[in-house]
Amino acid sequence: MDVGQRLTDQNFPESPEKATLEGKNKFLGFWLFLGGETVLFATLFGTYLGLRNSFGKGPEASEIFQLPIVFIATMILLTSSLTSVYAVLALKENRVKAMRGWFFVTLLLGVAFLGLEIYEFVHYVHEGHTFTSGAFGSAFYTLVGFHGGHVLFGVLWIAALLVRNSGRGLTLYNSPKYYLFALYWHFVDVVWVFIFTVVYLMGKVG
Amino acid sequence: MSNAHAANKSVLWDWLTTVDHKKIGILYLISGGFFFLVGGLEALLIRIQLMGPEMTFLTGDLYNQVLTMHGTTMIFLAAMPIIFAFMNAVVPLQIGARDVAFPFLNSLGFWLFFFGGVLLNLSWFLGGAPDAGWTAYAPLSTQSSGHGVDFYVLGLQISGAGTLMGGINFLVTIINMRAPGMTFMRMPLFTWTAFVTSGLILFAFPALTIGFFLLMFDRIFEANFFDANMGGNAIIWEHIFWIFGHPEVYILILPAFGIISEVVATFAKKRLFGYSAMVFATVLIGFLGFMVWAHHMFTVGLGPVANSIFAVATMAIAIPTGVKIFNWIFTMWGGRNRFTTANLFSVGFIPTFVMGGVTGVMLAAAPADYQYHDSYFVVAHFHYVIVGGLILGLFSGLYYWYPRMFGVMLNETLGKWNFWTFFIGFHLTFFPQHFLGLMGMPRRYFTYPEEFQLGSLNFISTIGAIGMTVGTIIFVINIIVTHAKGEKVSGDPWDGRTLEWAMPNPTPHYNFLQTPLVRGLDALWIEKMAGNKGMTPAEPIGDIHMPNNSILPFVMSLGFFIAGLGFIYINTAGLPALIAVIGGIGIGLVCMFLRSWIDDHGYHIHKEDLLKENKGVDA
Repeated sequence: MDVGQRLTDQNFPESPEKATLEGKNKFLGFWLFLGGETVLFATLFGTYLGLRNSFGKGPEASEIFQLPIVFIATMILLTSSLTSVYAVLALKENRVKAMRGWFFVTLLLGVAFLGLEIYEFVHYVHEGHTFTSGAFGSAFYTLVGFHGGHVLFGVLWIAALLVRNSGRGLTLYNSPKYYLFALYWHFVDVVWVFIFTVVYLMGKVG
Repeated sequence: MSNAHAANKSVLWDWLTTVDHKKIGILYLISGGFFFLVGGLEALLIRIQLMGPEMTFLTGDLYNQVLTMHGTTMIFLAAMPIIFAFMNAVVPLQIGARDVAFPFLNSLGFWLFFFGGVLLNLSWFLGGAPDAGWTAYAPLSTQSSGHGVDFYVLGLQISGAGTLMGGINFLVTIINMRAPGMTFMRMPLFTWTAFVTSGLILFAFPALTIGFFLLMFDRIFEANFFDANMGGNAIIWEHIFWIFGHPEVYILILPAFGIISEVVATFAKKRLFGYSAMVFATVLIGFLGFMVWAHHMFTVGLGPVANSIFAVATMAIAIPTGVKIFNWIFTMWGGRNRFTTANLFSVGFIPTFVMGGVTGVMLAAAPADYQYHDSYFVVAHFHYVIVGGLILGLFSGLYYWYPRMFGVMLNETLGKWNFWTFFIGFHLTFFPQHFLGLMGMPRRYFTYPEEFQLGSLNFISTIGAIGMTVGTIIFVINIIVTHAKGEKVSGDPWDGRTLEWAMPNPTPHYNFLQTPLVRGLDALWIEKMAGNKGMTPAEPIGDIHMPNNSILPFVMSLGFFIAGLGFIYINTAGLPALIAVIGGIGIGLVCMFLRSWIDDHGYHIHKEDLLKENKGVDA
């Protein structure tokens, strides 16, 4: 079968994202990439933990963190992970419209998260907690900013995928692309769970 | 796109867009070889300055720059790419694959490395090279004036991204693309070491990526990670650097172990002794490599408990390494050894590397390390393992695989001159440095006073460096002579044992006409012993799927190169630098977008064309 050919319900394989060697390679390669990303964020977390009480000229963490807004951001991101799961379930059953719909909701939630994060950062800067106000500020914005950068990249990625494949069904060529985005999105979400715990909760009470 | 279509383009265009692992291997070899010569020249300048007491040939800041660039160039721009050259040239062939898992990424990885290396070396022409040592310890690196360290950070960041891609690529290639019958425990040892090295790259390089970002933010955006006045902590850099840096030395040495294992077995006409122990030792070294980083930091003051744990873990690495040394010796034992140049380099490697290992265990003893630390003893140690280990291994690999990569055989007479001058020169250079260190000569100083009595050993060391230079020049002459003669050899000039020797010369661009069936370790040797002409095919002749060439990796890397230049000058050049940053990253993102947007299904070489090309082969 030609990899660019639209899949029908009759010839739909069990896992279209792993039905070709290219798909298998991408699947494994992306998992390995996420392994590397884990080290990347682990290094950032380690640095943050080493510097989280070195406020320099800036305010202390417990003074400035606003848990309500961070909680809303957390809920938005967790929900977006759920919607991407629905999208992948639809992908596995060749329900293209449902899959694209759920991915679109994921995209919107990602944008909402980014909006809240920008609002939060602007607020902190007004409070005197900046990138250069102390080691804590540098470590905070680098860790949380790297995560935000990952969210932004994910948003651009899924937007490009949705636009490119509008009007096209699932093929053995584009199924791995959708699937890998979902993997990436879950990873970004898991990192946020750690940020919420290590940065915000420990910042408030630790 | 058909094959004939691609052939219409110019040679230059072909090399810029190639995704063929064999060509990318050659690109890595040529650029890595070039940077090796540059790094070697820098080493020679250092040795000339140190030839006698109170010399003024190369002093002060310029000495620091040459010293920093020597280490940085040799590790990141010479050793790593030459290792990748062999991995590209050999691994897909050894496992019976038609290419790597991600040919596009392979090309991207090369061009990122290349542009990163060019960016780093541009610093020589743009106001001065980095001068904070290859380890770039903060706060020395954060305080260093000028743009030198900025070039270091951005250049290595770009080339490091390429290395990470290469690592992932080879992991997936080896896991997913082995020929039928090629189980993990039938893989040639070079493929095994390439596999473990790729795993180390995957888990070590991201730490360095973050380290570079932190250093970049401190220098360029006034962050405070390493600034104690603002609550920062310079020790964090040391930890991050060595969490990467120690696995890095195993990333370098493991492929050399693999090369030695192939060469020694081939030229002893024997199966490698203790194959499964060798595999286990390789994996164990890779694992322990992550557990020992703080032995670079014994004198920082982490406390006796931390120092003891790291000392013991470090000494433990001597055990799997010892297993390897004995296995090589037992492989040669009772073999019909042929001392070709490749084998000479391998045999020379064994005692030399043992000497480096012995000083390694000495340095691992934390209390004694307080005496050795930052002295020439350390310099002698790591040159014994990296030059005496890795570089001898790479020379061995070059002489061994040259016929496979280029279709011609390097001249053996010149090769032996190459070996003996380089080998004797090496020991002459670095053996005296052990004693210089014990006599109290600190590393990285640009001179020493006459009354310290360090002159004669330093003089001997410099003479040795000239010997190594002569060896390298003979090697370059050998390449020129060999290609000028251009005598083609057969596909199996050494009577090889593994799959890379199962193809005609030159290697067809699709590698194997039919994927071979592997029936055991040393797959080709088994067929030879069974009286077969070549490998037994695992499939009938059919259409072969090939990836399309692409210029995107080149343009994408160029984009990041431009962005890197912009970041370096963002605080001094203002608007033009900002435009470079935005434009460069924009080029990179647009290339990524195009890669996603354009459907790229590759092309097929049809069965009829294959049959025409390979007349007389049974379908």
